[in-house]
Amino acid sequence: MSSRRGPKPHRIAPQWLAAFAGLLTCASGAQAVEYVRIPAGTFSSVLASDAAPGPAAYREFDMRTNPVTQGEFQAFVSANPQWRRDRISRTFADAGYLQNWRSALVLANDQADRQPAVNVSWFAAQAFCEGEGARLPTWSEWELVAAADGSRRDARDDLAWRARILSWYARPATQALPLVGGAPNVYGVRDMHGLIWEWVDDFNALLVNPDSRSAEDADKLQFCGAGAINLQQRENYAVLMRIALLSSLNASDSTSTLGFRCVRPTH
Amino acid sequence: MSRHLQLRKFLVVGALICTAFGASAATPAASVATLPSASIYHLSTPLTDQNGKQFKLEDRRGRPMLVSMFYTSCQFVCPMLVDALRETEAKLTSAERERLTILMVSFDPEHDTISVLKATAEQRRLDPSHWTLARTDAGNVRKLAAVLGIQYRALANGEFNHTTSLILIDSAGRIVGRTARLGDSDPNFVKQVKATMQSDPQ
Repeated sequence: MSSRRGPKPHRIAPQWLAAFAGLLTCASGAQAVEYVRIPAGTFSSVLASDAAPGPAAYREFDMRTNPVTQGEFQAFVSANPQWRRDRISRTFADAGYLQNWRSALVLANDQADRQPAVNVSWFAAQAFCEGEGARLPTWSEWELVAAADGSRRDARDDLAWRARILSWYARPATQALPLVGGAPNVYGVRDMHGLIWEWVDDFNALLVNPDSRSAEDADKLQFCGAGAINLQQRENYAVLMRIALLSSLNASDSTSTLGFRCVRPTH
Repeated sequence: MSRHLQLRKFLVVGALICTAFGASAATPAASVATLPSASIYHLSTPLTDQNGKQFKLEDRRGRPMLVSMFYTSCQFVCPMLVDALRETEAKLTSAERERLTILMVSFDPEHDTISVLKATAEQRRLDPSHWTLARTDAGNVRKLAAVLGIQYRALANGEFNHTTSLILIDSAGRIVGRTARLGDSDPNFVKQVKATMQSDPQ
């Protein structure tokens, strides 16, 4: 009070403070967006490579700690109106796209902004991630992080853990989705299991038949046989169900339990 | 008062910077008002042809098109794919052939450079007036394949597993037919091509 009119040597011009506040408004929306480093290593996927079975090397990448929430997706749609449900091309999203919202820009209720974004097509998910300088994870990236529990990078041989994540699949799909923010796994990534199904970048390529090089009827060869025979860890139902679901989808499809998260390459 | 306005202006500037960044998310083509909702031309794939010429997928609007995806180091299926396209073309009248464009996009941008595409086009003697071999970056390959319903997966040995389709696109970009027949023409598919040429305004 005393020095109200006195000189302030390090005073920041109020207009810059205001501009900063404007930026902060934007940053606060993005504050919850956090990516964590997944270090390089080796991993045995359930989808063994035809040419090189066994553990495969992968490079480091950053993964979003949380699935994208409805609140975050609402902000994206507001800024990119071509992704509104009433403006979207049928090429990019089916009729179910964002149908769980009250209207084109309004979520169903007050809690909804912290629920995972669902009813989104692969194209919409990919566009959202591009807006974060990211992309959808590949299946391998997703599977790698999903193998971890709270203390181990690869908990897949633990039958109790498997049973726990499997129990989620018994939850009726009609129940309201829980909020994002479950317990973190060893990488600090949340909700890989027990909340939603998730899009991956190469969702439609997981069971392509190695013999599609033959001249026989490709429809007959498309899904059966060799692709399935190559699956490893056949008792890991929770992960195999994901592959089965993803392989059944088209990129414009959307369902009430299918959401996504993003990854950023570090190189 | 004027101070207040100034502050608000800067606040708006800050918020605008944020919005601009948010809005820069890669998005489909902009001026698509007249396209049918199910048109593949909503996807604005940047492509480069075997002569190094850049174009966009939607530049193909206005003429029916056969489209397929391939990779040049593929020894077996891809030559048969070219044969199937050729055989299909051969069943058309010369007037129909004139109007039909053929586009083959590579799964393998890393190896299928412009010069590789050029060499393949010349080796297979593909008429450059209506055959285009093209490439784009890996992210756009995935999107284009998704729009076309083509599945593919890169293998560790450099090969690609992929479903093989010849896809018929009408002049507005709707998928109106497809066949998985290789090496030869599919009579039903040829019928669909001819029907599309007839119903499509010149």
